[in-house]
Amino acid sequence: MTPIKTAIALFAGTGLVAGLAVAGPGPDEDQLVIEGETLITEVAAPEDHPLDTIYSGWRFRSDETQALEIDDFENPAMVAVEYGLDLWDTAAGSSEKSCADCHGDVDSLAGLRANMPKWNEAAGQPWSLEHWINWSITEHQGAEPWKWESEEMLAMTALIGLQSRGMPMTVETEGPMADWIARGKELYYTRVGQLDMACNQCHEDNWGQMIRADHLSQGMINGFPTYRFKWSGLGSLHRRFSGCMKNIRAKPYKRGSDEFVALEAYLAARGAGLSIETPAVRN
Amino acid sequence: MTMTRRDFTRLGLGAAAVAATGLGLAPRPAEAAGTVEEAIAAFTGGAETTEGGIDLGAPEIAENGNTVPIEVAAEGAAAIMLLASGNPSPGVATFRFGKLAAASAASTRIRLAQTQDIVAVAEMKDGSFRKVSRTVKVTIGGCGG
Amino acid sequence: MAKVKPRVKVPRKAEVGEVITIKTLISHPMESGQRKDKKTGELIPRQIINRFVASFEGETVFEAAVEPAVSANPYFSFDMTVPGPGTLAFEWHDDDGSVYAQEKKIKIG
Repeated sequence: MTPIKTAIALFAGTGLVAGLAVAGPGPDEDQLVIEGETLITEVAAPEDHPLDTIYSGWRFRSDETQALEIDDFENPAMVAVEYGLDLWDTAAGSSEKSCADCHGDVDSLAGLRANMPKWNEAAGQPWSLEHWINWSITEHQGAEPWKWESEEMLAMTALIGLQSRGMPMTVETEGPMADWIARGKELYYTRVGQLDMACNQCHEDNWGQMIRADHLSQGMINGFPTYRFKWSGLGSLHRRFSGCMKNIRAKPYKRGSDEFVALEAYLAARGAGLSIETPAVRN
Repeated sequence: MTMTRRDFTRLGLGAAAVAATGLGLAPRPAEAAGTVEEAIAAFTGGAETTEGGIDLGAPEIAENGNTVPIEVAAEGAAAIMLLASGNPSPGVATFRFGKLAAASAASTRIRLAQTQDIVAVAEMKDGSFRKVSRTVKVTIGGCGG
Repeated sequence: MAKVKPRVKVPRKAEVGEVITIKTLISHPMESGQRKDKKTGELIPRQIINRFVASFEGETVFEAAVEPAVSANPYFSFDMTVPGPGTLAFEWHDDDGSVYAQEKKIKIG
């Protein structure tokens, strides 16, 4: 058992999770300015939101961790972005075309990440950015799809996500998306796993507190894919979901599953207004 | 909240290493040495070290031991060796500064297996040696797998 | 093995005698040799960048002998006094014998 699991187990076992009443430092007051652009890391919550103010996870990190995101050279995810740009320009598949051949400059996809997950009429469900990329690769390029957590996919989602950096998260919440968001909300509040915990117990009831040595954020998704020190690399949002579920000893859903897409949709709505930080840097 | 037990074996630091070769500035590697004392002795050739005279910048508390930013500067140093006393093997890196280096200073990011003292030893241009150490607390690397 | 890509940040222009900060980073897992394969239980062989050298017109400016305790995607930053126009050359030496290299020109003015 890893220590953090021990800690959660201890709190859960003594019924203290809901009232982890250790005085926590909360978010800090730092402003996130990347390459001269000020990002929104704090915003009034949308209507009918359980929180008054929502904060980016960046505000809960130490100065040293924060520093790696404010400079595009220091940010270790940027090597992946450069690799993504190579992929963007490389012809592949039966079409012998590159992404650039159809889309031009990658900044033509500015705003895309900010609207994810996005409704796909043909599929009859919302798709994550990874789904859209693989659809384009298979349908248009005639190439093999990438694995969700592959280096190629992470490089491409980081590259495309970066084009929306600084834009507020604005997922569609009306129409058929409403059902998916509701489904994600239900997952968010449903206790699962051997520790019998739900997302809200850490990220709504106890954000800002310390859970052992970890400073709990509100669990916002505006920085994904994110470079995590723990991973020594980039990882997808759905990988993060899996990690949380493993911590509470639940069997994670699959990456790209309906459950994770629904949760992503709900969290996108829950974090509406925060700036996209892709690729963010976290501990 | 204090931390008492850490299990960072997965981090995997240390092990044998490859001897540095090549240019005239080839550093004297610390990796052959098993302990901090041995590494320092290998670096100094057994000469005395004076405490102080090195700026060693590191976070008081590192949020994750996988990536800990370190800055080191010692005016008048030809080389600086960094050691991590609490890692399976203490060697981290040895920097050598040529004539065009504007300062005997460098930054890097290192792995720390647990809360420990990091040590910097500087070989001064006059042949003397200096040493400083500093404690870095390492917290378990956050939730999530 | 991840795609190994070096990155360096050097000002394109400088004055003679100006002090510039050089930042370098290379994408590399810095496999320590201590980690076990989760599936097989066997040790993953060590493979790290063991040496980094920056030189200006053939003269070494900064050199690092590197151990597995340096983080994945190794980062080094240092300062240089610009003696005049010329080319900065960077080399990262891998345990497997590969040498990754990059060059940056510095103009005066």
